[in-house]
Amino acid sequence: MRRLIPMWIAIIAGFAMLFSAFFPVTEFFGETFGEIFSVVAAIAYVLGAGSLAKINLAKISRRDQGWGYSAITLFCFAATLFVGLGKIGVPPNAQFAALPWSGEKNAEGSAFAWIYEYGLVPITSTMFALLAFYVASAAFRAFRAKNLEAILLLSTAFIVLLGRTFAGVVLTGWFPDWASGLRLENLSVYIMQVFNTAGNRAIIIGIALGVTATSLRILLGVDRSWMGSGGNS
Amino acid sequence: MQVLLSVVASVVSATTALGAVPAPPPPPTSVTAVDVPWDAGGVIEISWIAPAGSADARWLIERLTLTDAAGDEEKWVVVAEVPLGATSHTVSKLSLRGAHSFRMTAIDATGMGTPSATTKPVRAAANFFIGAKLSLFLGIILVSTCVIVCILLARGGRPLRIRRIAALDAVDNAVGRATEMGRPILFVAGIQDMDNISTVAGITVLGHVAKTAAEYDATIQVPTSRSLVMEAAREAVQASYLSAGRSDSYNPDLIRYITDEQFGFVAYVSGLMVREKPATCFYMGCFFAESLILAETGNSIGAIQIAGTAESSQLPFFVAACDYTLIGEEFFAASAYLSKEPDQMGSLKGQDVAKFLTAVVIIVGVVLATLAALAPTGAMPGALTWFKGVFGS
Repeated sequence: MRRLIPMWIAIIAGFAMLFSAFFPVTEFFGETFGEIFSVVAAIAYVLGAGSLAKINLAKISRRDQGWGYSAITLFCFAATLFVGLGKIGVPPNAQFAALPWSGEKNAEGSAFAWIYEYGLVPITSTMFALLAFYVASAAFRAFRAKNLEAILLLSTAFIVLLGRTFAGVVLTGWFPDWASGLRLENLSVYIMQVFNTAGNRAIIIGIALGVTATSLRILLGVDRSWMGSGGNS
Repeated sequence: MQVLLSVVASVVSATTALGAVPAPPPPPTSVTAVDVPWDAGGVIEISWIAPAGSADARWLIERLTLTDAAGDEEKWVVVAEVPLGATSHTVSKLSLRGAHSFRMTAIDATGMGTPSATTKPVRAAANFFIGAKLSLFLGIILVSTCVIVCILLARGGRPLRIRRIAALDAVDNAVGRATEMGRPILFVAGIQDMDNISTVAGITVLGHVAKTAAEYDATIQVPTSRSLVMEAAREAVQASYLSAGRSDSYNPDLIRYITDEQFGFVAYVSGLMVREKPATCFYMGCFFAESLILAETGNSIGAIQIAGTAESSQLPFFVAACDYTLIGEEFFAASAYLSKEPDQMGSLKGQDVAKFLTAVVIIVGVVLATLAALAPTGAMPGALTWFKGVFGS
């Protein structure tokens, strides 16, 4: 029964969403299940917060290595929660000026907006910036000319990269008109529009078929492994 | 000053005398409004016969909605401004309640003209089926039929040959390596919620990996970026441990919620990798910019890495940084491939048949397009147009 009920919920909700995409009369059911999902996801936040608190508190109480970071995590979590729920520093909504809590929690000037703007954004931007270095190291490894395929990849990447810079125009801009197709900027566009698009579309078609088959397996109850391997038995 | 006024007066009188006072074009005639058939509702097509006018003129289309509810305000609202040369316009996002009337007015530099006759009230009704999605619907029916037929064939005991997928064959070895090295396995099911099919596919793979890990007595860590994914992952891993007869080894605290914030999650997982040095890392789900950060960190600690995603833009990063990558439909085939059950293997075969049919359609389309380009006056362009109409949308 523990497996049967989730499976039937998935089947009914899945078919409702599928039909609502094609039959307007069933749109209501699709929208309703979408709203139910949002409510369930919101309730699950409590479980997530509980997991976060439990694991970090245990780490602090055991004095595990790096327990200080757990303390900082919990402090920041609690502070953000307090500031957000309490709407600290939120200017009242113009329509309800007499009610101090009528404004949006992330309105300009609120403590929540301040934490977001001066705390979260710089930290996440820093993590995102690391990507540049990772791209460089991955490209260095991927473009090593180890075999014929790697040499082809390296050559193609070289043409595309050069073709998208001023250097490409400078290097091959003098080619006569009858050989303009060989100019790096034109070659780059040709590679991206023909070879890259063809390969990308092949992958996307495969993904679409895979999504359809996977959805069908779940809707027909053939694949129950999303409930765990035991679900198949 | 008097001289100036007299000049202006003479110019005005001269212009009036010649009858050349500039005016906007007359309104269009035969304005009709028709509900667009086979749609989800809220769309009406307006057509008209346009008179000649100045180059800078354009049409204002106004709408009057007559609702069924008494007391609703009824007033003309401008819904579109179209160029003078146009003879039709589609108005969308209309209310399904009540009827809509339209009128058109010319406007140019000299001002607004007189409005046209008002159209008969039309309801923007929703139809039973959305006709624009017919080819998609038929495509889904075709793929589903292929899958169901192959499942039935597999149930009947027909042997099905499925090509080997190196990345999935490596799962057992990767888990075994972690066991031998005494290090944990890291499984990341993407950063999206359970309403994303990639996340669901990732959780199905997690079930199989967790079962192997339970059999090998390896530790599996599953940080998640969504609370609902954490709950689903816990259910999947618990069921797998139970199925392997190792329910006592199951530790729910190893499947934990971190944060919904994309780079906050990446920071945690990268830190976890550097601290605990997992021997094997699985990335199965929906990934965006964080894919390369995770895969490169895993590469730097010498972990064996297996990735799978439906995000085609992230595949190159995984290919560059991981040992094995599930590309395209391989990712969605993982659960069926690992389970080896006849039903699921049948569905995989059905997927292959559908792919073959898709390839046939593509080849026919390419041949038709080539022939239409070579002989633009023959029957081929018409055939190509028909073909695009059937398979194009």
